[in-house]
Formats: sequence, C-alpha cells, structure tokens
Amino acid sequence: MSENIIRISGINPRQCMKCGKCSATCPAFDEMDVHPHQFASMVVEGRVDELLASETLWKCLSCFACVERCPRSVEPAKLIEAVRDCVIRQKGGSYLSPDDIPEKLDSELPQQALMAAFRKYRK
Amino acid sequence: MQRIGVFVCWCGSNIAATVDVDAVVEAVKNEPGVCFAKNYQYMCSEAGQALIKDAIKEHNLTGIVVCSCSPRMHEATFRKTAEQAGLNPYMVEIANIREHCSWIHKDMKEATEKAVILARAAIAKVNLNAPLQAGESAVTKRALVIGGGIAGLQSAIDIADAGYPVDIVEKSPTIGGKMAQLDKTFPTLDCAACILTPKMVEAAQHPNITLYTYSEVEEVKGFVGNFNVKIKKKARFVDSTKCTGCAVCTAKCPSRKGGNEFNCNLDTRGAVYIPFAQAVPNVATIDTERCIHFKTGKCGICQKVCSAGAIDFEQKDEFIEEKYGAIVVATGFEILDVTKFDEFQYTKHPDVVTSLELERIMNAAGPTKGTLLRMSNKEHPHDIVFIQCVGSRGNTCRDKTYCSKICCMYTAKHAMLIREKYPDVNVHVFYIDVRTPGKNFDEFYRRAVEQYNVDYIKGMVGKVWEKENGRLAVQGVDLISNRRIMLETDMVVLAAAIQPSKGVRNIATMLTASIDTNDFLTEAHPKLRPVESPTAGVFLSGVCQGPKDIPETVSQAGAAAVKVVGLLAKDKLVTNPCTATPNELMCNGCSSCARVCPYGAIDYVEKEVNDHGKREVRRLATVNSALCQGCGACTVACPSGAMDLKGFSNRQIMAEVDAICR
Repeated sequence: MSENIIRISGINPRQCMKCGKCSATCPAFDEMDVHPHQFASMVVEGRVDELLASETLWKCLSCFACVERCPRSVEPAKLIEAVRDCVIRQKGGSYLSPDDIPEKLDSELPQQALMAAFRKYRK
Repeated sequence: MQRIGVFVCWCGSNIAATVDVDAVVEAVKNEPGVCFAKNYQYMCSEAGQALIKDAIKEHNLTGIVVCSCSPRMHEATFRKTAEQAGLNPYMVEIANIREHCSWIHKDMKEATEKAVILARAAIAKVNLNAPLQAGESAVTKRALVIGGGIAGLQSAIDIADAGYPVDIVEKSPTIGGKMAQLDKTFPTLDCAACILTPKMVEAAQHPNITLYTYSEVEEVKGFVGNFNVKIKKKARFVDSTKCTGCAVCTAKCPSRKGGNEFNCNLDTRGAVYIPFAQAVPNVATIDTERCIHFKTGKCGICQKVCSAGAIDFEQKDEFIEEKYGAIVVATGFEILDVTKFDEFQYTKHPDVVTSLELERIMNAAGPTKGTLLRMSNKEHPHDIVFIQCVGSRGNTCRDKTYCSKICCMYTAKHAMLIREKYPDVNVHVFYIDVRTPGKNFDEFYRRAVEQYNVDYIKGMVGKVWEKENGRLAVQGVDLISNRRIMLETDMVVLAAAIQPSKGVRNIATMLTASIDTNDFLTEAHPKLRPVESPTAGVFLSGVCQGPKDIPETVSQAGAAAVKVVGLLAKDKLVTNPCTATPNELMCNGCSSCARVCPYGAIDYVEKEVNDHGKREVRRLATVNSALCQGCGACTVACPSGAMDLKGFSNRQIMAEVDAICR
C-alpha cells in the first residue's frame, strides 16, 4: 500500500528529515488528527490504513503552503492527495475498466464521454 | 615488438572477490607482445614488487601492465619498481580493475570480462609506449596566500616562520576577514578580536610577510614552483605611506548615507572610511561610488582636514607582477542571502536579523555599542526566537544541501550570552537536530539548556509576521509534543547557511583548481590529501574547502602551510615528461592550441620547413616543455591533428579504443 502512495504521489517520503516545516506552516494544523509532518514517516512505516481513516484528508486545504516551504522536496500535500485518491477510488473501484473499452467503442461516441466514464465510481 | 609482462593483482578480496583473476591471466596471455602473465595477492607488497622485478629481468621485459587499483594509488610505486629493475618508468601502464571494475560491479562474469578488456587496452597502449625522461624545474621560494582572514593569516604566518617570504592578497581594505566581525567565540567565549588582532599584527610586522590589502589577483600563469601572478592594487585614493589612521577624514566626510559593511549595514559609514578600529593597515580608503568629490567634482573636505596630506584623488590602480612557488587559497565564505525565505520577514522587519548581524549588535564596536536592542525601535527585547538551518540541509532551489556546521554552536553561544547578560530575556531556539561534534561542544550546548534555561524546541518555524503592537508573531511546531507553537517575540534571529565567497569561481578558474557543485574547492583526495588541490602547487585553507569552525580552520591553515614549506624546501621539482609536441609538417599556425592552453606554454615561430621537397617559411606552434603540464587540451583543439602528447599520443589512445571495441 505504501508503494501505491509513493507511486501515485511521485514523492520519496524517505527524503524527509523530520524538520516539521510543513506542520509549522499548515493553516489547518489544529483541525487535523494526523499532522502533515507525520504523513511522510507513516507512509515509510506502512501505516497507510491509519492515514486512509484520517480526518486530515478532508481538512487539508490543498493550499500547498507545505509544498512551497518543504526544504526536502517531500511536499506533504502531494502525499495527502495520493492517500485521498486511494480513499475515493476504493469505493467499489472505477465504473469502467480500460479492458472493456475496445468492445464499447463506436465512431459516434464522443471522447469526452469515455473520459467522464472513468471518473464515475460504482457506489 | 615489445616484450610485455602483465601482473594482475587480487588486492586481497577487493578485486579477486568480483574478478576471476586466473581467467584474466589466461585471457591476456596471447595478446600481442605479452610474454609473461601472472596474478598475485598483493602486487604492491614487497613480495609482489619482487615478483615484477624478477619477471622483468628473467623475461627481458620492455614494458609492463599492472592490473590493479587506480593509478592515483600505486602508479608511482610500480614506476619505481620498474626503474629498479632497469626499465624506463614510463614503460609502465596501469589497468584500473578495482575502482573502474571490481568495486562497481557485482556480477563476476561481467566484471571479469571488463577486467580483461581494460587489460587489453593497457597492453595495446604499452605496445606503442616509448621511454621518456623526466626533466627538472626550479622552485621559486615565495608563497602567495589569497585571502587575509584567519585561514590565510595562519597559513602565511606559519610559512613565514619557516623562513620563506609570503605575500597575502586581501580584497577588502583590511585583513581580519569574517572573524573580525565576530563578538565572542565558542566554546570558550573569548572575545574574537582579542585573539584575532594579535595574529593580524603579527602578520603585518612579520619580516617575511608582505600585505597587499584592497588588492585582487588579476592573472595567474605558470605551474607548480613557477607561478607568475599579476596582482591589482586598487587605488585607495589615500597615500598609505602618509596616512596615520587618525580618522579625522572619516569623521568629517559628509557622505554618510551608505551602509557600513563591517556592521552588516546596520549602521552607516562615510565615503572615506577605516573598516574598524583595529584594521590592518590602519589606513583610510575612499569609496568612489559614494564620494561626493568623485560624483560631482566638489567637496574634497577630507583633503582639507587631512593634516598628513594623504588624500590623493589622482591615485591610480597599481599592478604588481610576482613569481611564486606555491599558492594557498583562503577565500573564505559569505552568508547565504536569506531574502528568498520570505516566510521569515527578513526584508520586511528590522527585528528579523541574521546571526552575523546579531554578532554585530552584541559587539561593543557594533551599531548599538554592544547593547542588545531591537533595531526597529532601539528598545530592550524581552523575547528572542532563534531559527536554525535557514538555507542549510535542503534540496530545493533556495537551500544548500550541506550542513553549515557552525550554526548549532554559535546559536547556543548567542543564547547563553544573552541569558547571561540579560536574565529577563526569554530565549527560544527552533532546531531540527543539534549537531555538536567537537571538543567540549556538546557540554557547551547542554549548559545553555540546563544552566541558562534556553528553551530548545524540536521543530521548525512556518512563518513570522508583524503584530499590531509592533512585535513579531512566530508560528512553529513542537514535534516532540506534536503541538502547534505560537509565540510573540521581539526579535527573530536566522542561522543562515554559509557559502563560499562569490569570487572563488574566478580564482579557481585562474588557478585551474576544481570546485564542487556548491563552489567549495575540491581536495586532491578527500581523506589523504585534504589540504591540497588537484592542481599541483595550489593548497586549500579554511572554509573555501568546506564549512568549518575556527579551530578547524586554524589546523587546516597550518597543514596547508606545512605542505607549502615542503614544496618550497625543494631546490628542484621533477617535471612531467608527458608534454605536447607539434608535428611541424601538419601545423598550419592557426593558434587554436595557444588559445586553449591554460599554462601559456605555446608560442609561434616563423620557420623554414621542407614539405616533400617544397621549402617554405611557415608560422608554426612550439611548446615550451618546461611550462607544459600535459593536460592535452591542445591536442583536442588542433584542427589538423598536428599536436600530440608524449605518453598519451593519439595513436596510443586510438589503440586503446580499438582494443576495447575489439
């Protein structure tokens, strides 16, 4: 699961030097149960389940203050976004599987409809 | 045809664990010219060398290839071995099968294959080697030290004490460097000026030391033992032989708006100035960019008030040319520009200062005469926040990747000094790690925490802003308690990263000395030759080589001095016989080689040549082999392929490439 977060975010959480600049900068710090500086080490430790259940995913403003200030290019907002993506995509998975596309294709179908179908999730 | 011996070293398990040394011996046995091949556990040992010597004699070898470690390690060893057995030392080639092969590969089959290829290339080269004779060059018994801070002063004093003349070139009007700006020094808390100024005076009074202050190195030519250096003595517009340093002119100068660099621009100075009271030489300098006389042609008050008649508006830059045997680079450091860290409000609020600025605020000769005051309103502060690692240890465009090394200690020093002198001031330090390796260093830091109640907070500051009451709000985090920290403070002190002086790039280019990605000068070997540059005759002293504190700087300065003395004590240096030679029939006199030669070794002559029976006078390149260092730049630049390097001829290199590609 940690590998998944690392792959989606494109971030190497091991670059973190635990300086806390992200949490020091974060405007939503007080609202969060897991603070931005904890994200990197929790991904490294494999504690992704706790992150998936965390309130922080919905409190993070995605203001990118931590991305701007992080001296180690860990960019916690991107890690948080990756975990958030995992939660959203978990809900039954995507409605459309890429493997099913070729047989559904017809020349009248607008491309946007295909793209939109990928964004719809089964409840 | 050469008779070549190939000697494959195991280097214990360093090579033999990854390269099948028996297979290498088998593979090279049938190479052209090879008439002997053997492997051995340690070729560099006396037994290994004896093996080589015996083989040379027994098989009448004319050349040898040693497959071993980098030539940087043992080329000299094996050349001597060959010489002792009666072989010309330049008939030895090293195939580097350790650093270039066994250490960087894991798969034995692949590594063995590569070792064989490297051996083949070396054999192909030896087949074309010719005996070379090393020449000799004289040593100029005079040293140049670039930079007059504590590093340069110490190196210069040590060289001068050994009996050799030394010139110090310092770009600012006085020697002393950054240490002169410091208030106290850790971990003993003695006053920086009290221990530095005796060194400054010693250098100034030393019969073997010549000071060129307000001067810069303009041009460096030549090579180890024989550098020709042009020094520009910038015009001070004050006759230093007449100026008594009375400072009447500096007091009367009406142009007083510009910042005083010595006090980090926290106060102002006149256009004519002496940087500080103990400046050496104690001579005024006119800053032409600020001087009313130079801008408008009027004023001239300094000239009127100078009773010694020392002011000379007509003074010109002077150029000095001198020969040196060795050069010490001691160009020091500067503070990282922290204006990029806008979250700390450094540019917006005068109460946010760097640690060097705080040194000046705490110093008796500083802008507040040594009283700790807020720069915004000159009031006594009640709370001070220190922020560590500003610009150090990051990997973004605004950070330096390295630890600046001195900040933990000077911050503990500042915190302690403030708590000692003003017990009512609360001091908070935001840190990532406290790094205090050094004699009595950790004890010093613990004293700040345990005896002086300095509040150390593990965490960073996210932002600083001004409150309506004029004080500063600090938002940070305490990672131990996982809590947000909000503080109201009167001052914020930034422990800004240190970086090499800007001028070092220019100096390094002139000296052909290499610098790393951070502009620190590179050592010849990071462990075994830490005070030598890879460029022969160039030595490193102080922070120009890497962040370090005063005791370390002084030690390194002494070490560099010993290396210089060791060089200057020699009457002759053995020169490298691998020098460039032009083929007269191919040279078209285009000057491409002379333009790229870093040593000024190439000249041109008009000479009659016989080109297949056609006699004509042509302009031809000639190489002064005493100056040529064999870098090979000319051989690559020559469009007609006329330039060749002895010991590394185009034929030899191509034979190596052919052997690798076979």
